[in-house]
Amino acid sequence: MNFSRPDRLDDALSLLAGGEWTILSGGTDFYPALGDRRPQGNVLDISAIGALRGISEHDDHWRIGALTTWSDVARARLPAAFEGLQLAALEIGSIQIQNRATVAGNICNASPAADGVPPLLTLDAVVRLSCARGTRDVALAEFATGNGTTVLRADELVTDLVVPKAAARGRSGFVKLGARKYLVISLTMVAARLDWDDRGVVTQAAISVGSCSLVAQRLPALERELIGRSVSRDLAGLVKAAHFAALSPIDDVRASSTYRLQATIELVRRALADLAPGGR
Amino acid sequence: MQLSFAVNGRDVRLEVAPTDRVSDVLRDRLGLTATKVGCDAGDCGACTILIDGEIACGCLTAVAQVEGAKIETAEGLKENGALDRLQRSFLRHGAAQCGICTPGMLMAAKALLDENPRPDRGAVEDALGGVLCRCTGYRRIVDAVMDAGNSSDAGVIPEAGASVGAAIRHLDGEPKVTGALVFAADRVPDDAAAVRVIRSPHHFARFTIGDKQKFLKAHAGIELFLDASDIPGRNLFGAIPGFVDQPVFAEGVARYRGEAVAAIAGERESVSRIDESDFPVQWEVLEPALTPDDAMNGSMSRLHRERPGNILVRGRVERGDADRALKKAAHTVAVATSTPFIEHAYIEPEAGYAVRKGGRIEIFGCTQAAQMDRDGIAEIMGMDKRDIRVKPSACGGGFGSKIDISFQPYVALAAWRLGRPAALCYSRGDSMRSTTKRHPSRISLKVGCDADGLISGFDFNGVFDTGAYASWGPTVASRVPIHASGPYFMADYRATSVAVHTNGPPSGAFRGFGVPQSAVAQETAFDELADLAGIDRLEFRLKNALRNGQETVSGQKFAKGVGIAACLEALKPAWKTANARARRFNGKADGSRLRKGVGLGSCWYGCGNTALPNPSTIRMGLTRSGTLVLHQGAMDIGQGSNTVITQMAADAFGVPVHSIELVGGDTDLTPDCGKTSASRQTFVTGMAAKRAGEALRKMVLRRANVAGSARIRLAGQSIELEDARTTTTIDLGAIEPNEFGYVFMAEETYDPPTTPLDEKGQGVPYAVYGYGAQLMELTVDRSLGTVRLERITTAHDVGRAINPMLVECQIEGGVAQGIGMALMENYVPGRTENLHDYLIPTFGDMPEFDNIIIEVEDEIGPFGAKGLGEHVLIPTAPSILNAIRDATGAIVRDLPATPDKVLAAIHAAQKEK
Repeated sequence: MNFSRPDRLDDALSLLAGGEWTILSGGTDFYPALGDRRPQGNVLDISAIGALRGISEHDDHWRIGALTTWSDVARARLPAAFEGLQLAALEIGSIQIQNRATVAGNICNASPAADGVPPLLTLDAVVRLSCARGTRDVALAEFATGNGTTVLRADELVTDLVVPKAAARGRSGFVKLGARKYLVISLTMVAARLDWDDRGVVTQAAISVGSCSLVAQRLPALERELIGRSVSRDLAGLVKAAHFAALSPIDDVRASSTYRLQATIELVRRALADLAPGGR
Repeated sequence: MQLSFAVNGRDVRLEVAPTDRVSDVLRDRLGLTATKVGCDAGDCGACTILIDGEIACGCLTAVAQVEGAKIETAEGLKENGALDRLQRSFLRHGAAQCGICTPGMLMAAKALLDENPRPDRGAVEDALGGVLCRCTGYRRIVDAVMDAGNSSDAGVIPEAGASVGAAIRHLDGEPKVTGALVFAADRVPDDAAAVRVIRSPHHFARFTIGDKQKFLKAHAGIELFLDASDIPGRNLFGAIPGFVDQPVFAEGVARYRGEAVAAIAGERESVSRIDESDFPVQWEVLEPALTPDDAMNGSMSRLHRERPGNILVRGRVERGDADRALKKAAHTVAVATSTPFIEHAYIEPEAGYAVRKGGRIEIFGCTQAAQMDRDGIAEIMGMDKRDIRVKPSACGGGFGSKIDISFQPYVALAAWRLGRPAALCYSRGDSMRSTTKRHPSRISLKVGCDADGLISGFDFNGVFDTGAYASWGPTVASRVPIHASGPYFMADYRATSVAVHTNGPPSGAFRGFGVPQSAVAQETAFDELADLAGIDRLEFRLKNALRNGQETVSGQKFAKGVGIAACLEALKPAWKTANARARRFNGKADGSRLRKGVGLGSCWYGCGNTALPNPSTIRMGLTRSGTLVLHQGAMDIGQGSNTVITQMAADAFGVPVHSIELVGGDTDLTPDCGKTSASRQTFVTGMAAKRAGEALRKMVLRRANVAGSARIRLAGQSIELEDARTTTTIDLGAIEPNEFGYVFMAEETYDPPTTPLDEKGQGVPYAVYGYGAQLMELTVDRSLGTVRLERITTAHDVGRAINPMLVECQIEGGVAQGIGMALMENYVPGRTENLHDYLIPTFGDMPEFDNIIIEVEDEIGPFGAKGLGEHVLIPTAPSILNAIRDATGAIVRDLPATPDKVLAAIHAAQKEK
């Protein structure tokens, strides 16, 4: 077994170009995935690459470094559009997890129940991938391809999440439903972001749902329905079952598929009502 | 790699593998075992430490990542050698029961208090929410953290003769809050071989084991490959004589997923590196029976040759004519309930080690029943039981499962063969897959009442999935029919039960032995029946409550001590205000999604073995140097026997409780106090302790020839005895000690007076029953089916509260387990074998508590005391289901009442309207 803990991105990328590595950063998915086994193969610990941690504002976008922890996200001073993301940060495992688990790790683990993904989807987040040969951007909506699978190639590393300023507008929220209060895997979760103009007309609507399909999804039909409406708690009344047709929630020990769908519809209604002026 | 970091202010430099978990490095390399490992997956928080001031799970942190960091562990909390305020507050509030989660709790609390010295409840819950506790119900932990700023520290230190009834702190509490207490996995000898058990990944499979020698040759560092052929004695263990049926290693066929088929032992590193697929085991998968229906009715073959239909045992209690009474009844209700496997989920997985000492074997590890372990291992090893010594470690929770043998035979066998220590620490997965569970149940009940609301006919049948082996299945089958009535008078009663083998994990003992399951049916049916009769639900229970002088369903009569009516009466004020509160809220919020509801549940529970002997023996002695020693063999698994047994012994002898020194349940040193089970220790061992104390007192007084009422004062090497006339001194140094080293010694045994039951279940199954009732207030979200518990008022009749604080500790912990059973717990073999898929309540899932201790003196129990340990969880689940129905009309009968089931039931109830 080889182990490497470079502090420069270039070094990490050239190692990746030269062989197969398992990436370790916060460790909060790395160790549970081992079960009772010991780590095997080569481990590339990227946690020392300081340049990949932190949130920064740029001309036309916000950048969230891959190694930014969820506690960093929760503590950051960010526009109201990020509130959903910040609420989600507080629901990822426990504080012990949030202090070490990274934004990129949550995305790369590609769990259908990844709490960080729905709010990032509402922010039109783009995943920046780097390898020794260069960099490419992939929309977050296209990053995960299934339960545990992504478009990430073996020689690539997620370096940043980019949130265009065009999407960092308005207010946002996040609601997670579990069978207990703390340390719980979502039965379903909803993130929502709304922006409206001076006259109170909705100009942007971004609604996403996690834990109800292999990959978290936006609800474009509902979003279209909302745009152009006057913002108020009555927006909740526009939510219809048909808007959720693309979801395919599973039946399992945590909840029935029927329930997941019913609860999701209810959560979306509540999220919209909460975002409207006078909500929450 | 070589790296350095600081731990508790001390710099360390170590050669480590970079991906070693920080928790393992702290424990194994630095001996800092206050940091516990409960799951190795970030699910339990027992390994919570501070890394550069921030809490983290040591089990999820690669040691390479703490290079140059400052780590803090519970060992560093003490200030100048004294307990810090937080630790003292934990002691003051009784916030540590078994103590296994305590270090993690303390570290999470420290991080909070460093930032926010005066947190409110919500802030404490949020900050500690990542640490699980299975004993306390969390309330006292929150109280302790909030109260950490309080420097007042005077505890209760009772005078001689005033211990019973005093809310003294846990006598064994200090090492729990410092992390110094030694749990099973904390002192593995450096030279110990590691043992690893190979388990079936299939519910049901035939298997053959390949070439062992070839495997050993191919794997350097593996010294032993053990299977059934290596067992020197009998390859079987079990809980109950006549039902010893579980092999240490399966022979040719594995009957459940997680069953041991072989084991390897050797150098630790080599053992842990073996990949499971390397084991030379070939499996032939068979069609399993995973439900009693399949096992009884299908084409299923017998799991045990001598048990046709896969029926382990049946139980029956009958009196009067239930059918006739039901026909006559003005109102009847029929209910069918079901509950799943429930996992004990103690935070300490099974662990321990064995050492061969000449012709003897010593076993150190966690247990609820040291003497039973000794006897069981002797059979397996083909040795005389005097050649087995069991030295119990601290036990990080048990709740029934650690009565059964788990790790012990594997370490005993390996140590015997290798001639050096052998250790085995179960992973969370091992623990969940292989050890016993609460019996899944399917219950049907028909119950009627007359126009006045008096019960008229009760017809109960319970089918219990006892899994692949007997364990405590016979106890469940016999206890349930005796208890299914609840604490009520019933003249016409029939209750039958059957325990059926399946290819599930063995169902065994779990706090309540089947009675929590039967109470779900009985107590929810009572609510519906009361409504049909048009009688208030509390009044209905009072009307039917068992009274002194009335016969129980097994024909037993108590002249005094039946306390259920007192418990229900005590709930009346809370019942009134809770209902008013709910009505007010629901009236105002009409049409809204939130509804409040109030629910009741009651219990009774017989203390001790069912119609079988279960003696306890207590030895108490005075040494020449004046030390008063209590050999206290009732395993303290967090419930407090070290404290309450000592309180009783102290009063019986007549000295302050804090002057007694304890010797624990080491089988070489301490007589048998039986298993910690069946809510029997306070009662049975308490009686033995009381008798031993009294006998020792008599001996001392007789020696000095003073009056029976004389006051005893321990004064170094002498005892002063003061009666109305004189003070007499006994010089202990002048007396020749006996073979145990005592100059005065008493040993007393107590066995509760019971009688065998006849074919209709009539007789005296228990000498003592305890009683209780609980009232739950909750809010249901009618659009999501989620339930928020708000307040619980408990009233438990303990006869005499030997230690009121510990009584409340037990109540709150039992309620927490009842909440888990009601709302979230569901063990599915192959699916929920970890602590993120198997959910137990967290800090945020608990209601506020208002505990009312009822003391209806028992005729037999020591100082009037009754047992409590299991009673406390029985009423909780039914009280929650009844409150959900009260709030919404929704009837959930298939536990757990997860949000999807509650919402479906709400919709069904709305349709019915």
